[in-house]
Amino acid sequence: MNENKSYERYQRQMLLKEIGEAGQQKLLRSKVLVIGAGGLGCPALQYLAAAGVGTIGIVDNDVVSLTNLHRQVLYTTNDIGLPKAERATAVLQSLNPDIRIIPYNFRLTNQNALDVIDEYDIVVDGTDNFSSRYMINDACVLLNKPLVYAAISRFEGQVAVFNCANSKNEKKVNYRDLFPVAPEDNEVMNCATAGVLGVLPGIIGSMQANETIKLITGIGQPLVNRLLTYNALTNELYELSMSASEHTASFIPKDKISFKNIDYDWSCSAPNSFEIDSARFNALLNKNNITVIDVREFGEQPVIKEFSHVHIPLREVAEQTSKLNTEILITFCQSGGRSMQAAKVLSDTFGNSKKIYSLKGGIVNWKP
Amino acid sequence: MQINVIIFGQIVDITGTSAIAVEDVTDTNQLVERLATAYPALKSAKYAIAVDKKIVKENTVLSNNNTIALLPPFSGG
Repeated sequence: MNENKSYERYQRQMLLKEIGEAGQQKLLRSKVLVIGAGGLGCPALQYLAAAGVGTIGIVDNDVVSLTNLHRQVLYTTNDIGLPKAERATAVLQSLNPDIRIIPYNFRLTNQNALDVIDEYDIVVDGTDNFSSRYMINDACVLLNKPLVYAAISRFEGQVAVFNCANSKNEKKVNYRDLFPVAPEDNEVMNCATAGVLGVLPGIIGSMQANETIKLITGIGQPLVNRLLTYNALTNELYELSMSASEHTASFIPKDKISFKNIDYDWSCSAPNSFEIDSARFNALLNKNNITVIDVREFGEQPVIKEFSHVHIPLREVAEQTSKLNTEILITFCQSGGRSMQAAKVLSDTFGNSKKIYSLKGGIVNWKP
Repeated sequence: MQINVIIFGQIVDITGTSAIAVEDVTDTNQLVERLATAYPALKSAKYAIAVDKKIVKENTVLSNNNTIALLPPFSGG
């Protein structure tokens, strides 16, 4: 890397005596994983990339939709239907070509989370559902990684730094010390049902970037063992202290094997988690009231003869939804990317009136 | 003895207000019961309790002018 050139980019923050050249080098050497490139992830990513965090991972398996754009400020109307992780990477890479940005265009699960998170120094949680939040929390506890948490609802936001030592050497606090177990589906509404003011995640996601930069450079007082709430209507900030408890510690899986065996995907899974594996796919093939849709272009190989299906290329799915009358729709493509986009299109059309799935890994990874 | 309760997030939909004063409760369990009697929907709501800005996990004795916060989990991102 051309150090003079890169330092000019950061000159205004290096003028701060708390940052300086030493702080900038810490940022450039740091590795931050941002999970969820949505309302919180977009501003967090933007400021982390601009500040020169040397390696940034972006996990998101979702595609951009029109309803995202009032708050997910990295994307434009032209990005609708495209994968968020890849679009965010392209935008941030042009913002700062000197850093390394790694997109993970898949859903983080308890099967892959430990491998991904282990590569990073700090995790930023910008997900939109409880199952991911508990899974990420537990993974960070097991791997001993600081977790910069935030969540929003309507006009209010919460920010905290979990699993991080504080100056008083108190026991590290994690999300389960605040809310030991996940709520049932009916106990809380998510963004889609509760609504959110677009600027709110802009403020809260920026706070996550701020906490992350403080952790990396070792300046100020990060929100370790503290939870900050912000109300956008009243501008009230309310800070709560938390302490670790033996009782909640019992909810954390004891090792990596038990982590992988926990079912995090109960009722609170994201409404857009369409992906199913080969076994589930094969089981659904035996059901009535099902349409399997090949969303590849005509002529793509292999041609599928093993099960009955219709052929609607991704670009035509939106126009042909009126032909789809069954209760269950399953999309597939070559490797699972386009079928996710098609599932999203179908979901935007049908909402909860149909069950919509996408074959994970595509037909090349399908096991009959 | 008066306890001041401040309420966050969607629990305000249940209580209709973000601040409630409660008289004559001795501990957090009693406060929770009292609130659930006044607002039955609170029984099925999930929230953390803080006494004077400190999250508590067990029943905690209250004293005059304590401020109690009821904080629901948020999932949005």
